[in-house]
Amino acid sequence: MAVKTYLEAIREGMRDEMRRDDRVMVFGEDVGAKGGVFGVTEGLQREFGEWRVMDSPLAESCIVGVCIGAAFNGMRPIAEIQFQDFILPGVDQIVSEAAKIRYRSNDDWNMPLVIRAPFGGGVHGALYHSQSLEAMFCHVPGLRVVVPSNPYDAKGMLVAAIRDPDPVLYFEHKKAYRSIRGEVPDHEYTVPLDRVRVVREGRDIVVFSYGLMVDTAVKAAERLAPDGFSVSVVDLRSLRPLDRQGIVESARRCGKVLIAQEANLAVSVSSEVSAIVAEECFEYLDAPVMRIGGPEVPAMPFAKPLEDAYLVDVDKLESKLRSLAEY
Amino acid sequence: MSSDTRVPSAEPGSEPGTTEVDAYHGLELYRRMLLIRRFEERVYLVYLQGEIPGTLHQYQGQEAVAVGVCDVLRRTDWITSTHRPHGHALAKGVDLRAAMAELYGKATGCCGGKGGSMHLGDPSVGMLPAIAIVGGGNTVVTGLGLAFRLMHTDQVAVCFFGEGASNEGAFHEGLNFAAVQHLPIVFACENNLYGASTPFHLTSLVPDVAARAAAYGVRGEIVDGMDVLAVREAAGRAVADARAGAGPILLELKTYRFAGHSRGDVRGYRSREEEALWKGRDPIVRIRERLALTLAEDVLDATDAGVEAALDDAIEFARQSPLPRAEDALTDAYATVISREPTP
Repeated sequence: MAVKTYLEAIREGMRDEMRRDDRVMVFGEDVGAKGGVFGVTEGLQREFGEWRVMDSPLAESCIVGVCIGAAFNGMRPIAEIQFQDFILPGVDQIVSEAAKIRYRSNDDWNMPLVIRAPFGGGVHGALYHSQSLEAMFCHVPGLRVVVPSNPYDAKGMLVAAIRDPDPVLYFEHKKAYRSIRGEVPDHEYTVPLDRVRVVREGRDIVVFSYGLMVDTAVKAAERLAPDGFSVSVVDLRSLRPLDRQGIVESARRCGKVLIAQEANLAVSVSSEVSAIVAEECFEYLDAPVMRIGGPEVPAMPFAKPLEDAYLVDVDKLESKLRSLAEY
Repeated sequence: MSSDTRVPSAEPGSEPGTTEVDAYHGLELYRRMLLIRRFEERVYLVYLQGEIPGTLHQYQGQEAVAVGVCDVLRRTDWITSTHRPHGHALAKGVDLRAAMAELYGKATGCCGGKGGSMHLGDPSVGMLPAIAIVGGGNTVVTGLGLAFRLMHTDQVAVCFFGEGASNEGAFHEGLNFAAVQHLPIVFACENNLYGASTPFHLTSLVPDVAARAAAYGVRGEIVDGMDVLAVREAAGRAVADARAGAGPILLELKTYRFAGHSRGDVRGYRSREEEALWKGRDPIVRIRERLALTLAEDVLDATDAGVEAALDDAIEFARQSPLPRAEDALTDAYATVISREPTP
């Protein structure tokens, strides 16, 4: 298997599905000749033409609405929102329409729509190029929300998302694009959209995480190994629906739970995972559920010391793990 | 109007044919408009009797728009609709019983009771589920047009929306992109003068929505929305042009809703004189007078009786239909059951 970047894996997932199924199209800002601001769609317009890989107006509400319309008529559109921060004008279409079509029509319709958007910080993007807004969408029944953490999942989950008959928000950590590498099969495969993955086996503590934070969690877990603490790391992969069974299995086995995320904590993915653990694992717990994530400030700040203060890094995660281990 | 008696072809799904409308085709337009009018009037009565829950956004006065436009569409052409969808649904051919049952919140309704009055639709006749968010259809319709292009079909999509929606960003975004890609879409703006209670002149310095078409390089056309033949003629040209690849058009159909915005609206924001003026242009009265020149009175009376009988049947069907089961509230959020529950 070839080693590829997270970005290359996403591009391959789109390319392979576009070769396999001519209903798949890409629509977004600068996705055509430029190949997207991060280069994720590079080469796709050359291969598939201007109609299937189409530059959109700078109008996110239009991007989402047009893709919903195309999906209504049997296409399998992939909308690219240039930065997740820009998705907000499209939220009306996502929440009011895409999420509700199947339910409100009593299953008359599929809505096979994928919305890709890069999220996350650590790149000095500051206020409007660093946010982690996934929890907003996790609140909405009818949507799927997924976040791959590695190239294998990135390709397999994207292919699964394109084939899924419901709307999928597929969020990509922009700092992972070129920093995270891994083996990606050339052959066709999918990764389920609703199963956790145990990244690292452990007995004493489980860390639930997603996106780039999975990599941080693995590094922090390794630091505790010399001291005899066995830390499991579980990649949530799907944030809506959460794999309740997968979460509960690991939480019961380890008895101590830490949830780590880049987003701020209030009413977030970590809140929901905590609730599941509280509901299903009360008798199994040896310590209170702990969480680590961004602070409750309106945006990720720009300057390096400020951004560093915002982000959870390996040191902070290690420190939190140690306090949980010693509880 | 000619007086020959060839078989009418006004059912949705048939070809529009020429812009000429013979007497029997005219009779079918009249029948459909009357069906919508009487549907609304009878629905209002059963609503007052407590048979229909929620609220109603009614279409009396605007019937010529839905019927005139849908008459030139094929069954495979799509329409998008709004929070005021009864007329669009009946004009496009949604089953009368299924529409009525949906208002009643019954399991036999076109959305199984999950939608109600504001959310009618049926894919089998080319009507997307009506979107009760103002402007919600205006970018979705552009996506339909894009799909027609990509899938090499010769379908056309029509977006019905009110003048109020023309102040939504989605109106501009949808029209702009449809224009630049020359997509086969007719934007059909029903200007009934008021967005709920607010007159258009308080929210737009430009009095005609059609004038906004120029900003996007497309043709805007003002049509008498109280004259079904004028609507049909304009829509026929627009649809034919769109189907031929000439790109989208913005039709502004000047019309008037005779009832309030929704139930409970006592219409204090407009004068009774204004209402009387517009009711003097009642599109159903106008077409009936024209038809009476060539058709015998008993033909028209028989049509009226047929409409009442169909509504009797639909109301009875809705009344007798079962309510949805409580557990149906939990189905169809996703295509498959997707959450793994832990074992206790």
